[in-house]
Amino acid sequence: MTIADVERPNPTPAPRILESKPRFSDRVFRAIVGLGGFSSLIILGLIAGYLFFRGFSILRREGLSFITSYEWVSSINTDGTLGSDPSTYGVGAMLIGTLVTAAIALVIGVPVSVFAALYLTFFAPQRIKRALITVVDLMAAFPSILFGLWGLYVLMEPGMYVAELLNKYLGWIPLFAVPVPVFLRSPFIAGLVLAVMIIPIVTAISREIFSQTPLDRIQAAYALGATKWAMIKNVAFPYSYSGVVGGAMLGLGRAMGETVAVFTVLNILYQANFQILLGAGGNLASHIILKFGEASEDEIKALMASGFVLFLMTLAVNMIANFIVSKTGRRGR
Amino acid sequence: MTISTPIKPWRPTKRDYSFQIAIVIGSVIAAYLLVTNTGFEGRLPLVIFFGIFSVSALAILAGIRRGKESAKDAIMAGVAYAGVFALLLPVVSILWTVISRGTAAIYGGFFTTDMAQDPFSSPLDEGGIAHALIGTLWLIVIALIISVPLGILTALYLTEIKGPGSALIRFLVQAMSGIPSIVAGLFIYSALISGSGRGFSGFMGALALSILMIPTVARTAEEVLLLVPPDLREAGLALGATQWKTVALVVIPAAKSGLVTAVILGVARIAGETAPLLFTTGGADDTNLNPFDGNMGTIPFYIWKALIDGSPEAASRAWAGIFILMVAVLALFALARFFSRTKKVK
Repeated sequence: MTIADVERPNPTPAPRILESKPRFSDRVFRAIVGLGGFSSLIILGLIAGYLFFRGFSILRREGLSFITSYEWVSSINTDGTLGSDPSTYGVGAMLIGTLVTAAIALVIGVPVSVFAALYLTFFAPQRIKRALITVVDLMAAFPSILFGLWGLYVLMEPGMYVAELLNKYLGWIPLFAVPVPVFLRSPFIAGLVLAVMIIPIVTAISREIFSQTPLDRIQAAYALGATKWAMIKNVAFPYSYSGVVGGAMLGLGRAMGETVAVFTVLNILYQANFQILLGAGGNLASHIILKFGEASEDEIKALMASGFVLFLMTLAVNMIANFIVSKTGRRGR
Repeated sequence: MTISTPIKPWRPTKRDYSFQIAIVIGSVIAAYLLVTNTGFEGRLPLVIFFGIFSVSALAILAGIRRGKESAKDAIMAGVAYAGVFALLLPVVSILWTVISRGTAAIYGGFFTTDMAQDPFSSPLDEGGIAHALIGTLWLIVIALIISVPLGILTALYLTEIKGPGSALIRFLVQAMSGIPSIVAGLFIYSALISGSGRGFSGFMGALALSILMIPTVARTAEEVLLLVPPDLREAGLALGATQWKTVALVVIPAAKSGLVTAVILGVARIAGETAPLLFTTGGADDTNLNPFDGNMGTIPFYIWKALIDGSPEAASRAWAGIFILMVAVLALFALARFFSRTKKVK
């Protein structure tokens, strides 16, 4: 039998038609998933739109003074009619309160978080590390009202003790001065509670960033005879600096928007209070809760406008933070 | 043949250990003496002075033996340990407080009665939390129905379709997970309740909670879906399956336990949210089985009301509510760990 006897197949089969057009089922699938995927965009847009729309009349009436003014006067008579004095709304004092309490939280919470993250990344044995990461995750899931209650019943006493010490020895600094010796329910203690609340997220992000330090550089530092701290200072910190800043900003966003814990701990008074040890102050979110109960229709609109301001502030802080973190780390949180 | 054991010169010797133990004991004694003989009182200064003494003694020892750099290293190691201590202190304190105070108000009928007949200041063996349990369960169920599909679809869009705007959506989902919970409540109030003639209801609260839950579910689900190896998707497509079939029959089953974890973490995120409910649910004291009509009590709102009331009985009730929330969150976490441990992407 020779080769020529074998029957050869048709030398050129008809070319198969290749289609890149998705099938009908795939098009339906993509449409549904796409719709769901854009839901977050739609929700964010609706939130901004509705709060702006409801608060627009107040924002237009007050103009820029809505943000800068320290006056929140709702003139409502007892029978519910509008009073003779015009109502005026300005959230300036509460904006300052928001920034002051958030700043205290950062000053206390960020160093604790960064050093805890350093311990978790470079010092802890594997088993302890895993347990501690679970604890941090769990802490992040504690409801905020729990932090509020804990702050009110447990943290208040040691917090006041520290506040009195600060006032006694550093009282000559205007920040720590107290005109009347009322240390109860001060912005300082609210800041302490907020610090505890932001520790989990800042720790989690910092740990993630630290753990991405390139191993070859760490080993190079050790090979050159560096101690652990020298390695951290010269390798880990420069590598992860901006990521840690981003994590701290995420914490800032959380601290600025916190409502229930601040309302529980702080003695909410509508005034711009820079004396952080004095028991009076507030933040924007707790102010909204406080006024919501007995607000008139006009005041509700002003509260919506406040909510809009709060939304924009936290959204901006979060976006910048996420941008920084994702630039540094693989993915942000 | 004998195998020589390797020498590990960097290992601490017995002498090093004895030095360390001596320093720790010495610092405890020194801190105790200092605190008892000066104006400080309480346990906190004791701990702080112990930390200062032991760290500086260790640093001096390291400095004498190995020089300045080593002393700095010892100090910073001490600071890192202090950081972990400062992280754990509040957690332990919170857990301890909740357990020790949370059980006072819990009695036999606590889970079967509501607060319709009893003010929050009534004796602790009257009234209960049944209405709030029912309300919270309703809210969680409705929030699950809304946000699980949306969250997982968002994750699928980011990982499977990778369509236009993926980067933007990922960015927005991250930003959305940081919006204050009060804003979610205000939004639902302004969009659906205020001026519409509709009153407060459980459904409104569930809508507000969904806004907070979607980003948590979406982000965790995205991470899980990214763990599914691309080979599986390619294998599915190579066998002639459409993308829809590949996702439904290959990708999602492979990531099932991780997706369950995502949902559980989402529930843990919203279970204790208080602020949005204050604007949306109305917080009833009597049992309301219909989430679409009328005020509805929830556990966070129950705690809130007890907190506002201010009497000692109400405080006990608030802690009992917190205790129940905490047990729920711990249970959810254990569940999530269980599911993520059995996660095997085949």
